[in-house]
Amino acid sequence: MEEIGIDVHAHHHVDPVVEYKASKLGMWLFLATELLLFGGLFAAYAIFRAKYPEMFHEEHKELDRTIGAINTVVLICSSLTMALGVASIQRGKKKLLSLFLLLTILFGIVFGINKYFEYGHKFEHHIYPSTSIFFALYFMMTGLHMLHVLAGVLVLTALLILSLKGKFSENYYTPIELGGLYWHLVDLIWIYLFPLLYLIS
Amino acid sequence: METKAHIEEHHVGYTTYVLVWLALMVLTGITVWVSYLHFGVFNIVVALLIASIKASLVALYFMHLKFEDKTTWIFVLYPIVLLALLIGLTAVDVFFRTTP
Repeated sequence: MEEIGIDVHAHHHVDPVVEYKASKLGMWLFLATELLLFGGLFAAYAIFRAKYPEMFHEEHKELDRTIGAINTVVLICSSLTMALGVASIQRGKKKLLSLFLLLTILFGIVFGINKYFEYGHKFEHHIYPSTSIFFALYFMMTGLHMLHVLAGVLVLTALLILSLKGKFSENYYTPIELGGLYWHLVDLIWIYLFPLLYLIS
Repeated sequence: METKAHIEEHHVGYTTYVLVWLALMVLTGITVWVSYLHFGVFNIVVALLIASIKASLVALYFMHLKFEDKTTWIFVLYPIVLLALLIGLTAVDVFFRTTP
C-alpha cells in the first residue's frame, strides 16, 4: 500500500476543521439536488396554474386552511427547537441538545398525524390524485414533502440516540449541524407549499 | 475528538433564534390574512414575496447561511438559478408555442 503515497489507515480526515467544513458543503450540495427534485413539481404547478386558474381556485377550496396553517406553525416551531439544539451543543450543553432533538421529533410526528387525518378526510370525500390536475399536484407535492418529514424524523431519532450516548460535544457536533440543515430545508419547502396549495385567492 | 479543533464559527444566540421564530409566526399570520384580500394577479406575487422572506430568514439564521463562506453561497445560488431556468424556459415553451 506504501506505493500509493497516502496513509490509508488514518482514522481521521485531513483535519477536523476541514472535515467539518467539507461535510457542510457536501450537505448543501445534497440540499441543492433536493431543491431541484421539488423544482420539477413547482414547474408543473406554475404551468398548470397559469393554464387553468379557475380550476385551481375552485378545487383548492376543498383543502382545510386551518390544518394547513396549524402544520405551518408546527414546522416553524420544529425549526426553532432544531436551531436551539445546535446552539446548545455549540455551548457544550449535551442534555439540552437531547431535549431539543426530542421536541423537534415530536413536532415532526404531530405534522405527520395532521397530514394523516387530512389525507383520510380527502379520501372520505372521494378526492384522489386522479381527481384533477390540482389534486394530482397536491398529493404529489405534499406526499413527497411528507416522505422528507418522515426521513427527517428517522435521522433526528438516530441523532437523539447518539446524543443520549454522549457522542457529541462542543468540539464535535457535525452530524447535528447536518441533520439540522436537512430539517430546515423540509420547513423551507413547506413555507412555499402552504400558500401555493392552501391560500389561492 | 482528541484533536482540539477550534472551529472559527459565529455562534448565533438563543435570543436571535427566538426573534426569527417570532418573525416567521407573524409572517405566517400575514400571509393567511392577505389571502382573504383581493389584489387579482398580485395575490400570488404577495404570497410568494412573503414566502421568500420567510425562506430567507430560515436559510440566513436557522441554517447559518449568513455566516458561511462564498463557496457555500455559490452552492446555494446556483440551484436557484437552475430552478428559475427550468420554470422560465418551460413557461416560454408552453405559452409561446404555435401549433402549425
